[in-house]
Amino acid sequence: MADCVRLRYVIDGENFTSAGEASVKVKRSLRQMGFSPEVIRKVSVAMYEGEINMVIHARGGVATVDVYEDRIVIVLEDEGPGIPDIPLAMQAGYSTAPDNIRSLGFGAGMGLPNMKKYTDDMKIESVVGKGTTITMTVNV
Amino acid sequence: MTVRELAQKLGARAVCEPEPDRQVCGCYTGDLLSWVMGRAQADNVWVTIMTNINTVAVATLADVSCVVIAEGAELDEAAAKTAEAKGVNVYSSPLSSYSLCAAISDLI
Repeated sequence: MADCVRLRYVIDGENFTSAGEASVKVKRSLRQMGFSPEVIRKVSVAMYEGEINMVIHARGGVATVDVYEDRIVIVLEDEGPGIPDIPLAMQAGYSTAPDNIRSLGFGAGMGLPNMKKYTDDMKIESVVGKGTTITMTVNV
Repeated sequence: MTVRELAQKLGARAVCEPEPDRQVCGCYTGDLLSWVMGRAQADNVWVTIMTNINTVAVATLADVSCVVIAEGAELDEAAAKTAEAKGVNVYSSPLSSYSLCAAISDLI
């Protein structure tokens, strides 16, 4: 396996206002490593959407970002309620977010579609009652 | 055009302006944050009425050149501090989103 730099963050599920901290840190690290603004934007938006989802739905989780020379792999793991119908969750505009989240500007049903849009590969593994793991790859 | 020049021509007040010389390219307006992240382009001016701290995170991650808050809405204090720290330019204007976009369209 090629050399990789691993970044790891615990996403606090209780604190909605700090959601996004990990994504901003990843953005900063990637900038220091000299990645292009386009790659950085893709990774940070996809990760932020995932982070927000973990806070809204799963009481937080763990984000791991593996940075290779030719790709960046983001793994988001949570022990939340799981996604019962993944194709439905992937539909643009479908959302189960509560009203208080909507009032903050989220819950438009664009999170998972944005994550797919901004990454070159995305896999969702989810078990209802156990949790969800999302693996996203952005090619450099 | 820089964000400062644009703000001056719009008559918008600087709430925080850590990177005044950043260049502006295009404009996007919207208040649903995921929609903004999905559609706004890097270096856009982002016109919105959202003023919470997530607005700042979205501006950072979507890499917009500045945020212009419409309708005279006030950025909350924590959000303003974070914007300064994260290098996000934020301006405020009493104009509506529509009027701001129309004015920006004439200027850039």
